[in-house]
Amino acid sequence: MIEAHEVKKHYGDKTALDGVSFRIARGEVVGFLGLNGAGKTTMLKILCGLLLPTAGRVVVDGIDGVSDPLALRRRIGFLPDRPPLYGDMTVRQMLTYAGRLNGVEGKRIAGRVSDVLALADLDHVADDLVETLSHGYRQRVGIAQSIVHQPKLVVLDEPISGLDPAQIVAMRGLIRGLKEHHTVLLSSHILNEIALTADRILVLHSGRIVAEGDAATLTGGGHKQVEIVARGTVAALEKTTILADDDVSDATAVDVADGLMRLQARFAGDETCERVVKMMVERGFGIRRVTAMESDLEALFLRLTNGASSSLSSPSPPSPSAQSGRTAE
Amino acid sequence: MNAALLLARRELTGYLSSMMGWLILAILLLADGLLFNGFAMSGEKKSFDVLQAFFYFSSGTTIVASIFISMRVFAEERQQGTLVLLETAPIPEVVVVIGKFLGAWAFLLILLALSGYLPALVLVNGSVTAGHIFAGYVGLAMLGAACLGIGTLSSALAKNQILAAVMSGAILVALLLAWMLAKKIDGTFGDVVGFLDLFDKHYRTFSRGTIKLASVAYYAALTWGSLLMCTSVLTARRWRG
Repeated sequence: MIEAHEVKKHYGDKTALDGVSFRIARGEVVGFLGLNGAGKTTMLKILCGLLLPTAGRVVVDGIDGVSDPLALRRRIGFLPDRPPLYGDMTVRQMLTYAGRLNGVEGKRIAGRVSDVLALADLDHVADDLVETLSHGYRQRVGIAQSIVHQPKLVVLDEPISGLDPAQIVAMRGLIRGLKEHHTVLLSSHILNEIALTADRILVLHSGRIVAEGDAATLTGGGHKQVEIVARGTVAALEKTTILADDDVSDATAVDVADGLMRLQARFAGDETCERVVKMMVERGFGIRRVTAMESDLEALFLRLTNGASSSLSSPSPPSPSAQSGRTAE
Repeated sequence: MNAALLLARRELTGYLSSMMGWLILAILLLADGLLFNGFAMSGEKKSFDVLQAFFYFSSGTTIVASIFISMRVFAEERQQGTLVLLETAPIPEVVVVIGKFLGAWAFLLILLALSGYLPALVLVNGSVTAGHIFAGYVGLAMLGAACLGIGTLSSALAKNQILAAVMSGAILVALLLAWMLAKKIDGTFGDVVGFLDLFDKHYRTFSRGTIKLASVAYYAALTWGSLLMCTSVLTARRWRG
């Protein structure tokens, strides 16, 4: 349904996108994950026809964005990081204007506006001026204007940025609800939020896709940093084979107060963690606490982005063993 | 065409719903009235001369109004982040430019129409023809269109409204002073520079009640050329980012 083929974008000497390729099926909610400056917004702008790629092509619903940009734009609804709204219009006027700009005919426009007002739960503010709305409501109006012309693809750039927790939950529901009629592509640098909202994640770093898959696939088998607090001493731990285990890395152990010791290490997977804890119990350590130092997704993200950084500074590609999801080569 | 009219209506509504729009209307109508009373009506003059003086001073207020009206056309949209709405709509850039220009021009025509009571007074109390007034207003409308075209181009190029106003002001001053430069240049090139003169060469005939086709063509070409360049600027943004 949506295909990007080796998309490159250069701004002078700077490379924003360095050969990005992906496919998105109809009805998917896909998240672009990446640090600020990773190339997310550039890729989204190319998908929307706001920018033309230096090389490569984007095809949406069979339409090539370079050869037929107007047809491409007809199939896309876009919400940039700052909702494009006129403060002097009411919500209803704003949606009517956006719909007519995008080719919704006069006879259909009132019905479409009513539909999106209901979908985005904006009925009660429909006749309020946009400038009087809170940030959360403006984001909702922004999403409503992006779908009023019933596009095939809805592109949302950082849609939850600046929202409070209640608004984030509501926005998540709204975005998930869009998949009934649209394919949705959203970007974010908030890891857990994108994992909760998207069916599939594309991890973008330094203009390249370094991994893709759903959150569970991406995080499975990753090296996780874990902290174990146990009754015992570092000296006793050093007598075991735990610290020499091939599946344990970056280990540091220190004695803390009250006869307790603290081990921080990176384990190859959940099985390694289970084996280490079992071994410690068998050697007489009293396990008080086992804590993941970072979420699985955070660990994955940090590992992927570090790997990509080093691969950019050397000719060798990033390690394919970093995760069990598909990895860029 | 529907899209151009939609954009024009929005543009016009934007001026009429903003404090800036009403300030432009109020200040320039006041200036028109003061200049008419203070200069055009001063001394013993024939009504023809009064009308000609009115159109002379009105050209100044029209140029100033055009700069202030056009500075917001694209620069304000960019500052507010709403330009993306137009850039992602399935509308060719040239239609966007024409639509926004028409909205700005419609606002200027409202301003000109509201000043109509001044020449109407001359018509009622003096001995001038309606044709003279018509020709004068055609001249003001054409001059205004050309200035708005240049201002629209500047607004697409500049990052903010102030810069857009300065840029269009500089271009218009250069075109206003083209006659001075033409005097220093001999031959065909001097004639070409002289023909580019915005005011002396082309507007004066309108203020005297005569419509010259060459001047109409000049203003139309200047307007259309500016809008085409503006279209190119918007198109190039898709490459540059």
